[in-house]
Amino acid sequence: MKKQILYSLKSPYREQLDVIGFRFGHGKKSAAIVGAMRGNEVQQMYVCSRMIQELKKIEAKGLIAEDTEIMVIPCVNYYSMNIGKRFWAMDNTDINRMFPGYSLGETTQRIADGLFSKIQGYECGIQLASFYQQGNFLPHVKMMDTGFASPELMKDFGLQFGILRKPRPYDTTTLNYNWQIWETKAFSVYANATDVIDENAADEAVYAILRFLDKHDMISANTPPGYITKLIDESKTKQIRSEASGIFKSSIEIGKRVERGDVLGIISDPFDGEIISEIRSTVSGTVYFEYCSPLINSNTVCFKIIK
Amino acid sequence: MIETIASAALAVNENLNIQKRRIKNGSSKKRLSLVTGTHGDELEGQYLAYMIGSYIDEHIECLNGIVDIYPALNPMGIDSLTRGVPMFDLDMNRVFPGSKDGTMIEMLCSMIIDDISGSDVCVDVHSSNIFLKEIPQIRMSVPTAPALLPYAKMMNVDLVWIHESATVLESTLAHTLNTRGTKTIVVEMGVGMRITKEYCDQLFDGILNLLKELGMWSGETAPVREPIVSEGREVGFVNSDAAGIFVPCVSFGDTVEKGDHIGDVVDPLSSKTVETVEAVCDGLVFTLREYPVVYGGSLLARILKPAAGGTE
Ligand SMILES: [Zn+2]
Repeated sequence: MKKQILYSLKSPYREQLDVIGFRFGHGKKSAAIVGAMRGNEVQQMYVCSRMIQELKKIEAKGLIAEDTEIMVIPCVNYYSMNIGKRFWAMDNTDINRMFPGYSLGETTQRIADGLFSKIQGYECGIQLASFYQQGNFLPHVKMMDTGFASPELMKDFGLQFGILRKPRPYDTTTLNYNWQIWETKAFSVYANATDVIDENAADEAVYAILRFLDKHDMISANTPPGYITKLIDESKTKQIRSEASGIFKSSIEIGKRVERGDVLGIISDPFDGEIISEIRSTVSGTVYFEYCSPLINSNTVCFKIIK
Repeated sequence: MIETIASAALAVNENLNIQKRRIKNGSSKKRLSLVTGTHGDELEGQYLAYMIGSYIDEHIECLNGIVDIYPALNPMGIDSLTRGVPMFDLDMNRVFPGSKDGTMIEMLCSMIIDDISGSDVCVDVHSSNIFLKEIPQIRMSVPTAPALLPYAKMMNVDLVWIHESATVLESTLAHTLNTRGTKTIVVEMGVGMRITKEYCDQLFDGILNLLKELGMWSGETAPVREPIVSEGREVGFVNSDAAGIFVPCVSFGDTVEKGDHIGDVVDPLSSKTVETVEAVCDGLVFTLREYPVVYGGSLLARILKPAAGGTE
């Protein structure tokens, strides 16, 4: 393993920001794994740190394939993490909305450029992603449908679901999208939590990535058997939204199968406790996302269901 | 008449309401919408909205048509000094056109679009951000320029900046409305968290003149200035390479020559000048950094080059 600084940025009042990469193996740029780009992505950083532990062992056993180089970048934006912010603290910009970056541009464009220039050209790119809302996800892998790489590849992670997403205008400046534009097969792995550590989901994510690397002959690893991944188009998943606002309680667990009409959760009045809304499933399927915050606004996605 | 054009229930005993005021007189169905407050830290439009509304009230007999004023598309943002939508960390101007059956913000955005659509002209007033001060200007993308430029020239701004279109900007209010046939003009002026009275006065004259040109206003108007149009000119960007405190030594609106000293980045701890900032080209300083703390990459100034082969 070789630890190296991929990009540095001077701050007026803090220690220099160093984006650090851990490089395993030698030769062909095979896989790049990127963790936290936002300050609340603790689980994403944690999964990367676990990957580094695993890859160290694999490398010590000589089980990294020849002519294969794997790069892991646990955390890009620890500046925000250390001060409890989600985005770049100075201007509230999101590094993951700045790709491919611009070396002569604004600060976060420069960080994105500095990072992208080092992780571009890999055969595969894996980003540990988070959702903008507080919630729990069934671990799954997502790919943007740019037509560049085959969605079938998502099966190699052995996660329960692989979701294909049509890019929207605001997706065009994300890492995942730009990786694909520059011909890296790019995947987003969702390991449930964001600002807390979920050990089970971290295990699943680590095994999934190892499985993928093994399947693509980059490493040789023993992992528990995975799922036969079900591939779905995001537009065909059902989002269930709150019809009222107040205190939210979920009454199911993610991963559970539900029938149409089942109660998924309730919303009660925050002052007098009266139940004001029952959230019922409009389809039969598997719950793969659940909102998890005590307070909920109206029209908030509180469950996502794979039919 | 004040009405709520979009509403959503917040968690605890409160609704998020987006409101507009309609001022109507005469028989004409012509409609101008004045929209602002998408970014909670931009306040120039707040005073402008007040000025326009109160002036028309006093001279209501001069109005023939409808003026809709939407002072706060992001009311929670303005109320809490948050640029984006509080709790969502979302730039509202990246969510349009929204969607009827989308998330709360998507639903609100879609209702806003429905309400403004059909206006003859919509003016969307922004005021940069807290970091940069902008000369009163109108921005438009190359494809929308033929339709919008004639209106922009009526509005008493100093500059019309025609920029390349970018996919990510397809999610703005202006792009959505322009695509749907409602001519929408984006004004940028002043600086975040402040009101620059002089610029509000300038735009006030511009909007009255626009109303007159649209045949909606028979009252007095002041002559308007001819804006510089960026067409065929380049814009030079001056970004900081060092981190520290930026102290400019040119004034906003100055004309500079390439290589001119326009400011310094200094380090208060080591007492050193860490960067001497120079103009990257000849031209007019139409953007200047207002917030002193800078990192590598922070934008310090934008300079509009003179037209090729010509002088000002
Ligand atoms: Zn704005």
